[in-house]
Amino acid sequence: MKFMLLVHHNEETFGRFSEAVKQEMLRESIQLTHQLHAKGQYVSASPLQPAGTAAVVRVRDGKASVTDGPFIETREQVAGYFLIEAKDLEEAVSVASRVPGARIGTVEVRPVREVAGLPE
Amino acid sequence: MSEQEARPVAEIVDALYRAESRQVLATLIRLLGDFEAAEEALHDAFAAAVEQWGRDGVPANPRAWLVSTGRFKAIDGMRRRARFDASLTEFAKQLETAATEPEEPDEESVEDDRLRLIFTCCHPALSPDAQVAMTLREVCGLTTEEIARAFLAAPPAIAQRIVRAKAKIRDARIPYVVPSEADLPARLDAVLRVIYLVFNEGYSSSSGDSLLRHDLSGEAIRLGRLLIRLLPEPEAMGLLALMLLHDSRRAARTSPTGDLILLENQNRRLWNREQIAEGTTLVERALSTGRIGPYGIQAAIAAVHAGAPDPAATDWVQIVALYDVLMRADPSPVVELNRAVAVAMRDDPSAGLALIDAILERGDLTNYHLTHAARADLCRRLGRTADARVSYELALKLSRQEPERRFLRRRLDELSESGKRD
Repeated sequence: MKFMLLVHHNEETFGRFSEAVKQEMLRESIQLTHQLHAKGQYVSASPLQPAGTAAVVRVRDGKASVTDGPFIETREQVAGYFLIEAKDLEEAVSVASRVPGARIGTVEVRPVREVAGLPE
Repeated sequence: MSEQEARPVAEIVDALYRAESRQVLATLIRLLGDFEAAEEALHDAFAAAVEQWGRDGVPANPRAWLVSTGRFKAIDGMRRRARFDASLTEFAKQLETAATEPEEPDEESVEDDRLRLIFTCCHPALSPDAQVAMTLREVCGLTTEEIARAFLAAPPAIAQRIVRAKAKIRDARIPYVVPSEADLPARLDAVLRVIYLVFNEGYSSSSGDSLLRHDLSGEAIRLGRLLIRLLPEPEAMGLLALMLLHDSRRAARTSPTGDLILLENQNRRLWNREQIAEGTTLVERALSTGRIGPYGIQAAIAAVHAGAPDPAATDWVQIVALYDVLMRADPSPVVELNRAVAVAMRDDPSAGLALIDAILERGDLTNYHLTHAARADLCRRLGRTADARVSYELALKLSRQEPERRFLRRRLDELSESGKRD
């Protein structure tokens, strides 16, 4: 089954890292996707632009409103994701512990709900 | 079938339920892959036993009979429901194929199932509260009402906690496995933490009346015994030893009116010698592996106390040395505080006081009532009555346990008495 690994970190802390360190973490993440791919565990993965680039959409009473966002009160923001194939939580957790972001922030492991009717 | 024949069967089934229902459940969860289905199957199996054993006699291996009956009842149930839900047909078929494995499960696989159950209930992805509730419910077989009473909670709240935990196990795909060797140390820590939490809830009841809660300590000790039988790891032995050695002082640590009696004032004849002997042997076994951890070291300290025939004979040199080891293995301000008290006993009160003041000056443990109680006691022994009073009052303000508060008030009264005499 599929698991979503959501990488959260504090952007401010991350911003203070040197460019070399950031590049090394990215390189390590890309390497991890290839290792997962080789074992048939890779579905997709990507880092995200900083939370400051986000737009937050709400539809209330049929009207859509767009605001900046996302959630100033949360200190940790979503920095990227890995969508993986794993047999159970144990396997998903062991992949999550190899995500470089886990060393500076947290990786939230969420099983993906299977629903019918999605495009293949 | 006559009444006389029926009664022994009901009694046999009753006794089996008490002794074996948790083993049967542990295996059924593995076979059926679902806690709810396994519990239903367990009840169906025992109901069938009451009916059939009266008629056909008790089978040679009752546990194996209960497991296979439970499994077939579950498959039957799925077949019936499959008329409404086609996906169950396939699942029932799968289960039936799996059912062709050996009828008589060997001891080893039975024990593996029990370990699977323990590790799953104590999975770190569940909240600590949920781990405790699941362990007491599924591993120990306590009812929801019993757990609620022990934790002074409402039964529906506990029931909901258990339902949510089971849903999480199912939906998050928490596997029903014994952790791999690489994960074992961390996962075992989680299990030991749950057991020790249950023990302490019963032993030092964080609030309210303690009478109802002794059972929890007994339950934790039973869990500890089960765990070292299944997995004889040094830290599991250390934890069991620690619980036994603490529990050995139960009768001596409170007065008939429920007042707290300090270690140095306890009637040591009331200490449970059997528990001390068992605990001490376990500490020695854990030590001999050379892989002792924080629980084992704490147990070793408790064993030194237990070995002293009277307070004056306590080997404080040994105790301080063990706290030094503990500070290296698992450093924390609380360990430092305990070490300071031991240093005060080994050397003199002022040496201990200096260490406690250093902790407080760092800003650690300032809101912990025992820091101030320990400080007060050392000041009292040094004749610094005014300092002692300030610290006792601080401790009293921070303490929530009634017997402890009474003890602190008594000490304050004693200070006033001696003040008058001076």
